[in-house]
Amino acid sequence: MVETVIVPLIMIVTVLAAVLVTVMYIVLLERKVQAWVQVRLGPMRVGPHGLLQPLADVLKLFLKEDITPARADKGVFTAAPIIVLVPALIAFAVIPFASGLSLFGIEIPGRIADVNVGLLYIISVAGIGIYGIILGGWSSNSKYPLLASLRSSAQLISYEIAVTMTLVTVIMLSGTLSMVGIVNAQLEKGWWFGFMQPVAFAIYFIGGLAETNRAPFDLPEAEQELVAGFHTEYSGMRFAFFFLAEYANMIVVSAVATTLFLGGWLAPFPNVQALSFLGLVPGWAWFMLKTFGFLYVFLWVRATFPRYRYDQLMRLGWKWLIPLAILNVVVTGLVKVLV
Amino acid sequence: MQTDTPRPMFDTDELVINMGPQHPSTHGVLRLILKLDGERVLDCDPVIGYLHRGIEKLSENRDYTQIVLLTDRMDYVAAATNNLGYVETVEKLYAIEVPRRARYIRTVLSELQRVASHLLWLGTHAADLGALTVLLFGLRERELILDLFEEYCGARLTYNSMRIGGQPVDVPPGWDKRVLAFCDIQEQKLPEYEQLLTHNRIFMERTKNIGVISGADAAALGICGPPLRASGVLRDVRKDEPYAAYDEMEFDIPLGTQGDTYDRYLVRLEEFRQSLRIIRQAVQGLPEGPIMGKVPRLIKPPAGETYHAIEAPKGELGYFIVSDGKSVSPYRFRVRPPSFCNLQALPRLVKGHLVADVIALIGTIDIVLGEVDR
Repeated sequence: MVETVIVPLIMIVTVLAAVLVTVMYIVLLERKVQAWVQVRLGPMRVGPHGLLQPLADVLKLFLKEDITPARADKGVFTAAPIIVLVPALIAFAVIPFASGLSLFGIEIPGRIADVNVGLLYIISVAGIGIYGIILGGWSSNSKYPLLASLRSSAQLISYEIAVTMTLVTVIMLSGTLSMVGIVNAQLEKGWWFGFMQPVAFAIYFIGGLAETNRAPFDLPEAEQELVAGFHTEYSGMRFAFFFLAEYANMIVVSAVATTLFLGGWLAPFPNVQALSFLGLVPGWAWFMLKTFGFLYVFLWVRATFPRYRYDQLMRLGWKWLIPLAILNVVVTGLVKVLV
Repeated sequence: MQTDTPRPMFDTDELVINMGPQHPSTHGVLRLILKLDGERVLDCDPVIGYLHRGIEKLSENRDYTQIVLLTDRMDYVAAATNNLGYVETVEKLYAIEVPRRARYIRTVLSELQRVASHLLWLGTHAADLGALTVLLFGLRERELILDLFEEYCGARLTYNSMRIGGQPVDVPPGWDKRVLAFCDIQEQKLPEYEQLLTHNRIFMERTKNIGVISGADAAALGICGPPLRASGVLRDVRKDEPYAAYDEMEFDIPLGTQGDTYDRYLVRLEEFRQSLRIIRQAVQGLPEGPIMGKVPRLIKPPAGETYHAIEAPKGELGYFIVSDGKSVSPYRFRVRPPSFCNLQALPRLVKGHLVADVIALIGTIDIVLGEVDR
């Protein structure tokens, strides 16, 4: 009873709360990082150094009027933000945050569930979110959101393929689809897969930027071109759902990258004796550190690069990333067979 | 009419979207009616007039000294050059001799203004393409120029910094040193922008071969200023018909070869350096003497008409003034604004490009709607 129902329930609540709080603070971090790059201070007024800014933001969004355009398809318009947000949150179900610990004699695992097809689950769940974007843009019955949602559907389909191909190489190396299994495989091999598969890691990173609609691939919400993109007609909490989902997706992509390529909760160089003191830091701390490092790069890229154009983005995806990812799979397979 | 051709089963239609006047990146209140096929622009129809204040008509009911104030409000990011064009036109009409020191101060002010205007252009152009950081970098340096202007004439945006016949005030003590210090700072900061943009792959892909226009076409359309020079046409009023103290300055005119958005960027970037060069020469060679020429108390030019153009940051800014010899206000006052003439080229430039390029092209022709509509 305790280990089958209560512990998972507590885990779910904890993870969900942690993710939502992280999302709120990632928004603050983004504003801060961008401000520092741009010789500004960023939010400074609400709380010390703007630390309470996320609360103010959420409060503001709650108090905003919730508008449904008169000619929108109301059912779909309401469903779209939910379709976007829910997959972004449930993807965290299989991500292993730590190796697990024992508390008062109860075994507490470091993840909500260790599904044996965990990676497949994440790929499929992440694929659902795009429907929300397309439906949201379409049901608004407005031209700019429509253009934006068409852009995003094309973008996501092309980058999904490249990203999935890089995941295939990881599966080939680890021989398992379980997220915990993949981390353990990295422990056994003594190498993080990021070092063994630098090409796959690079493609995954670029594809991850594109899949989360982040700069320089933030075409669906290119505010300079398409006003606010697919969520132009949304306001209040429905807008906040899209916003939350975008940042939750960033965390998912970073967490998956950490698990697949950066050894998850493992300390760096677990097999080097001289560095064994690094093992004193708990696993979840390493996991957080790596994930936030990855997230920081997301923000850094945004502050540095201009935006790709739609056709250039498609060309990059189809002509470079997908062939490269497939070639990478073939080479990995050959090496595995021959060596 | 093609009424006889059968309609295809899956009918396709052009998508007409209205970009502006409240669009985030039409640089003010420009409205574009775009006809799209997917994301490709088939046609573009600019609608202007949302910022029309009737400055030309107003000027015909003000006396000559009051009009300087109105010119501030045309190209509000380059007020000093607007002032300069106007006061020089009246001086030409009235045959007033301007002291050399005043002409030098005018040169410094108008080149500082060019740098400030180009900084704002650079920032907004880059921000339109998604590179937000350059905007803030540009504004950071523009702030220093605004400080210099504030110190000189007390205002930061609408300067009212010139008078018919000379300058209202002399430069404050130590101002020349601060201007030179600014030139050094600006020179150091230029590589920062270049690092973010010039060799950035994404920026190059977004701007190369976008909105190409040949020199002959550009001249035929009446394009002026940096966009014209980027198409390889050597035309700069500062060299061709020198005014203020430009005949005593040494500077080069950067020219482009391709006439695309990237060339227009490179030309303006080089103009920063040339402007700094002019500012340094003018400040270091600032002659002694009076700052105000002999001007009658009541400015009432003899009957006649005159046209005079200067090289404003955005292109050739011309004023046409008709005086009837009886009144203290112009009989007819007409402005040839560079933004308006360059905006004409937009439909030509965007045809066949994508929606994202429209934004890049609005940015590259560098318009200010206050000047387009007046």
